Parts: sequence; structure tokens; C-alpha cells
Amino acid sequence: MISINELNQIKAEMEGLVAMRCEGEAAIKAMSKEGQTYKRHVLVCGGTGCTSAHSEEIIERFKDGIAKNGLEKEVCVIRTGCHGLCALGPIVIVYPEAAFYANVEVSIVDEIVSEHLVNGNMVTKYLYDKTVTDKGIISMHETDFYKKQNRVALRNCGVIDPESIREYIGTGGYQALAKVLTTMTPEDVIQVVLDSGLRGRGGAGFPTGRKWAMARTLVQDGGQKYVCCNADEGDPGAFMDRSVLEGDPHVVLEAMAIAGYTIGASQGYIYVRAEYPIAVQRLEIAIKQARECGLLGENIFGTGFSFDIGLRLGAGAFVCGEETALMTSIEGNRGEPRPRPPFPAVKGLFERPTVLNNVETWANIPQIILRGAEWFASMGTEKSKGTKVFALGGKIQNTGLVEIPMGTTLREVVEEIGGGVPNGKKFKAAQTGGPSGGCIPASHMDVPMDYDNLIAIGSMMGSGGLIVMDEDNCMVDIAKFFLEFTVDESCGKCNPCRIGTRRMLEILDKITKGQATMDDLDRLEKLAAHLQKSSLCALGQTAPNPIISTLRYFRDEYIAHIVDKKCPAGVCKDLLSFKVDKDKCIGCGLCARNCPANALNKTDYVAPGHKLPSFEIDSAKCIKCGVCIGNCRPKAITKQ
Amino acid sequence: MGADKKAVPFKGTEEQKQQLLEMIAGLKNERGALMPILQKAQDIYGYLPIEVQTMISDETGIPLEKIYGVATFYSQFSLYPKGKNQISVCLGTACYVKGSGDVYNKLMEKLGIEGGQCTPDGKFSLDACRCIGACGLAPVMTINGEVYGKLTADMLDGILAKYE
Repeated sequence: MISINELNQIKAEMEGLVAMRCEGEAAIKAMSKEGQTYKRHVLVCGGTGCTSAHSEEIIERFKDGIAKNGLEKEVCVIRTGCHGLCALGPIVIVYPEAAFYANVEVSIVDEIVSEHLVNGNMVTKYLYDKTVTDKGIISMHETDFYKKQNRVALRNCGVIDPESIREYIGTGGYQALAKVLTTMTPEDVIQVVLDSGLRGRGGAGFPTGRKWAMARTLVQDGGQKYVCCNADEGDPGAFMDRSVLEGDPHVVLEAMAIAGYTIGASQGYIYVRAEYPIAVQRLEIAIKQARECGLLGENIFGTGFSFDIGLRLGAGAFVCGEETALMTSIEGNRGEPRPRPPFPAVKGLFERPTVLNNVETWANIPQIILRGAEWFASMGTEKSKGTKVFALGGKIQNTGLVEIPMGTTLREVVEEIGGGVPNGKKFKAAQTGGPSGGCIPASHMDVPMDYDNLIAIGSMMGSGGLIVMDEDNCMVDIAKFFLEFTVDESCGKCNPCRIGTRRMLEILDKITKGQATMDDLDRLEKLAAHLQKSSLCALGQTAPNPIISTLRYFRDEYIAHIVDKKCPAGVCKDLLSFKVDKDKCIGCGLCARNCPANALNKTDYVAPGHKLPSFEIDSAKCIKCGVCIGNCRPKAITKQ
Repeated sequence: MGADKKAVPFKGTEEQKQQLLEMIAGLKNERGALMPILQKAQDIYGYLPIEVQTMISDETGIPLEKIYGVATFYSQFSLYPKGKNQISVCLGTACYVKGSGDVYNKLMEKLGIEGGQCTPDGKFSLDACRCIGACGLAPVMTINGEVYGKLTADMLDGILAKYE
């Protein structure tokens, strides 16, 4: 068992090492500190995105190159968590210069080793192009993607080795737990969390301090209580929780132990998606390390407080992200939600009082304890304090993770941080909140994003997935996509959700096939209202949201499908017709050769200036697969 | 979908059975152990046929109908064997808006099977999944856990050829 003095000693030993991974002056100062052995740190991203793009091989290559050049004592290679800019992966960052190498391939590693690590010259041609400016090379933190960000929950992601508890301690890790156990009462902790204004980052935005206070006070029979971490990040397109678990797993363990002390629980569970193998592996390592150091287990820091954490894997059920379903699943049952009340603070896991928070919420706790409620509450808007991590995806240049103060506008996120919509296309809407959320159209791009504003404009914060759509996306198709999702994932326990989502999907299907009438639209809206009111859990209550919000802002698209039998974005196949512009067609015949349905026929018409007769499409045979459009060089084939 | 699947005879070995029994013995006293037991059983056998569910029921005393209920609730549990190569196409939102639906359709066409099925020669099985979190590489699919990103339908022949 480790004492607080020993914790501080590890911190002192590691501080210098970790501090070098900041920029400029601070890094140089850190280099002269005691315990600093390496002149350069090579940080290679080991998040899911970069690992999928073979960052492991890059690490090996760096290690080989460093060994060959005899630099083992001067340069260290660290596999970190996610740096956020997943679009440019694999990412390698070299400190103290904070040189940001983007899209790194194994084949260029040797050159970086010989030029940068041996000779000390950055290899400009491989740097992230936004860091190479007229004024010279700027730090990654000055680029558009990073400069508006404020990393609190993600502060260690991409900075430390997530498999090293010593590095985490070096950044001040487990100091908050020490402070809570030795200098604060549970009531003090609750007060700090309340004063910070922290609200649940899983989507609903319930004040975290109130949740803890209820779990502490409502039942006081001296029996077991539980602390749970919701890491069942099921919203498609959201990956912030995964990144925290992969990049900084100890922060979650520390925060859960703090909550355990606060509510009087000695056992915690982390429920994590099985689809996140790297996160699971790093959590297993972190729990093992924390137990070995006595930071989990009996009598932590000799204070008499005991707390341990078990890991439970999900098995691919979206509904288990709902708190009561999650607990039912940990108990070893079908993951069906239960009616509330009783709330988990009274009857949760194994029918005992339970606090359940999401990963990102936990990741904020140690910093709030160490830096104070006032510091946290100084960020954000009146009712939404702090920062929020968003996962940018879809039709956007810089896909990746960003952490920004609450109240940042969508325009700043999409146009400045995200680098805008690629290929010169027009922004149409951003979808937040996943299958429970809604879309934000261009007209609301300047609304400061926080919990309440997003609800006011018909969307919701959700867990922070933010998918950008452009003019080529059909909003009816998107609504249908989300309904297919909820139909698949409805657990079947309550009728409104099980039957209602299916009926709504059928109507949407009719609309996208051009078979619906305006009466169907009325029926769809009525059904949506019923589901919101009568479903058992949030999955069903929010399932109609994608329909309601697309109807609110893109009703004209629904009407175009129903009345004009047209899909304005050109997505819904049944409403499309393919046409050859006979005057543009050069008669090359590529379309006809590649058509799987033999739907292209040669005509007698030769356009002026062309040598060969043009083609036309037999719409009865056409299966609207679009292969011909891809093959047509003069772009003579269009879909309408 | 289940109806047109032919029952595959269960071919569990004695060694697998020993592994299963040891695993259950280690876990059965934990609260809520059924999920971890099913996950590990699927690791051992590759799927959860009724024979394996029955063994679990016998060992733990959990009624078979409850085990069946849990095994059929979660999409990661499979009552049928998977192909030698397991293809999983991400139909999460980020991948979908970038065209993973086309990739999925193309795979069904190429392999001649529906999602959730296995080719008759046992080589490939195809499933859709919801977001593996590699949204920066969208659209993505995995084959036996290996991730293929920034996919287009044209790339599929080349990728599948590697597993033939």
C-alpha cells in the first residue's frame, strides 16, 4: 500500500518527464528539471483510429531507428491516447518542438529519425500543413483545430502513456483522491461538485452533485452502495468516452473512488462496450496497476477507506446505455430498463443505492477537486458549466475529437475548428445527440451550444456526437436511418417503443418510396407525440426526435417526397431517374459496358461535334445503382 | 432470417468442455456472472449453441430459458457459427453519411448472402455493426478485427481476395 508521501515522491520523479510534453518555454524549463533523462519524446498515437491505420508498426520502426543510431538514452517513444485530429492519423508528435507529423507512414519514419532525432531538423514536408506558415513553423496548439480548444476531460489524452500509472501520477494523478480522503468530508465533496455546476455528460445533463447527494442521504441503512461508470458509448458517431478510456484510464478510476468515499460505497463497476477492445485492455491494465499500488483495494492511503472496481463488458445492446438497463445487464439479465422511480440513487444495482455517471463526467471530477469549483464554473454558460467534448464526423474536413467551452457556437465548431465541409459542398445540418437527438440547420449555426439551447432548438447535447451533413444528404433518409436503428435496438419491453418505432419506420419507408400521402405525414406526427409521452425509457421517448426535428426544419423535403415524388438530394433511389444528356454524350460506351442491368442502349443521334452516336437509359431496366455516373467522363449522365 | 439457416451439428471437443467448466467454476459465485460466462463461452466455442447453453445451465443452476433469453437479447451473442472470416460493416452515423450503406449492399451482392448470414462454404459471414469508434476513417469495416478504412465499393474485390 502506497502512502501519500510515496505518491508525492513518484510525482516529483515523473513531473519533469511529463511536463516536457508541453510547448515552448515550459518544455525547456521542464528539460532542466531533475528526473529529466530524455532530450526528446516521440509520441505516437495509439487510439483506435490511428491503431487501425497501423501506428503499432510506426512505433516499432521508431524504436528500431533509435536503437540503430544509439539514441536510446536520449529519445523515448511513447504510445499515447488520442490526439483528437483523427482525420490526419496516424499522428506522431515530437517534443520539445511539438512538431506534428501527420498521416505518417512506416516508410517515412527512417527519414524523421535521421533528420529530426539525429540532426535536430524538423522534416517540414511531413508536418501537418497548417503548422507550416509564412512565419515559420508554428506549434500545433496555434492551429485552427486546437487553438479554441480547452482540454479538461481530455487533458492527458495524447500526452501520457495510458499504460503507465507513474506517468498519470506525474501529471497530478491520484492527488485529488488523496486530498478528498485526508482533508474533506463527504459533504465537502458534494458541495464542491454542486458549486462547480457539473452536469452529466452522458446526455441528459442532470447535476452531478445532486445525484451524489441523493445517493448519500436518501438511504442510510449502512448497507452496500455502488458506483457505476457508464462506458457503453452506444451513440453511433460518438467516441469521446472511448478516447478517455484509451488515453487516460486512471482518471476514471480515481474519480469513481472519490464518489465511493462520498456516497459510502466500497464497490464500483465499469460497464464498457465490447466493441472497444483497446479501451477494455487499458482499463484492465489500469485496474491491475491501481490495485498493486494500493490505490484501489483495502485501506487506501491508510485512511480506512476501501474501494474496488470490477469491469463488465457489454454485448452489443444500445439500450444498455440507459442507466436502469445498464444495471440490469450488470446483474446478468436481459438489458431491459425498469420504470423510474425508484431512481438508482434509492434502488439501483442489485437493488441498492447507486451513483452512475458517464466517462466524460468522471474525467472532470479530479480536476474540479484539485482546482476548485470556481475555476470550473468560470468556463461555459450560465446553466452549463465547463467544457464539452464533441466527436466531429461526417462531411467535415477535420474529423476528430474537440473539447470546447460550453457555449461555443456550431459555426465556430464546423467552420473554424472543423475546417468546413469538404469538396466545396454546402453545409446542410449537423446532427447531435445520435438517435435521440435532432439536427441543427444552417439558420441556427450561431446559437451558443449548451444543454438548454440545444433542447430549445429541437436537438439535444447527447453524449456529444456531432455529424455534419451536406447538400447531398437527404433528411428523410437520415430520419429513416435513425428509425431503423431504434427499431433494431428497441428492447421490446414496452409497446409504444416496440410497435411505435416500427410503424413510424413503415411510414418513412413509404415516403422515401414516393408512396405516401399527406395523411401519412399527419399520422407520423401523431405517433411521434404518443411515443414521446408513453414510452418506458429514454430510448423510446426520444426515438421520434430525429423525425420531429427534420420535420421542423426540412418539412419541404418531406413534401417534395410526398407530393412531387422527388428526392431533392438525390438519395432515395425509388424517386430518382437517370438521364443521359445526349448533347454531352461522346458515345464511348463505358456506361453500357459497366451497367449491371444492360439498361443503356445506343441511339441514332450523333451530337454536333461528336463522332459517335449517344446512349440513352431504358428506365424500365435501370436499377439506379449509379455505376454509369461514376464511369461517365464527360459527366453526361445525371440523376434527378 | 433464422428459419433458413440449416442447423449445423455441434462439434465441441472434450478440451473445450474442460475449459468451459473451469471458467464457470471460477466465475459462478460472482454476482451477475451470467454475462461474463456467456462471453467467455463464446470465446471458447465461437458461438453459443443450445448444447453449450445447457452445460452452462447445468453448472450454474441458472434456468435454461433465462440463459436463452440473455443470449438472444444481445447482438454479440450468436447461436449460429460464424464464417472463417467475419466481416463487419459499420453502419454508424458517421460511416453511413459517408456511404457505408453502399459498401454493405455491395458486399451482400458479392457474397450472395444477407446480413447476419454465412456463405455456404463457411468462408465469410457478414454483419452490420454500430460504430466501432473509428469515425475518422469512415466508412469502415472490419474483417476478423482488422480495420479497413476510407472504403469505397471498388476496393472490396481487392480486400476480399486477401481472404480467399
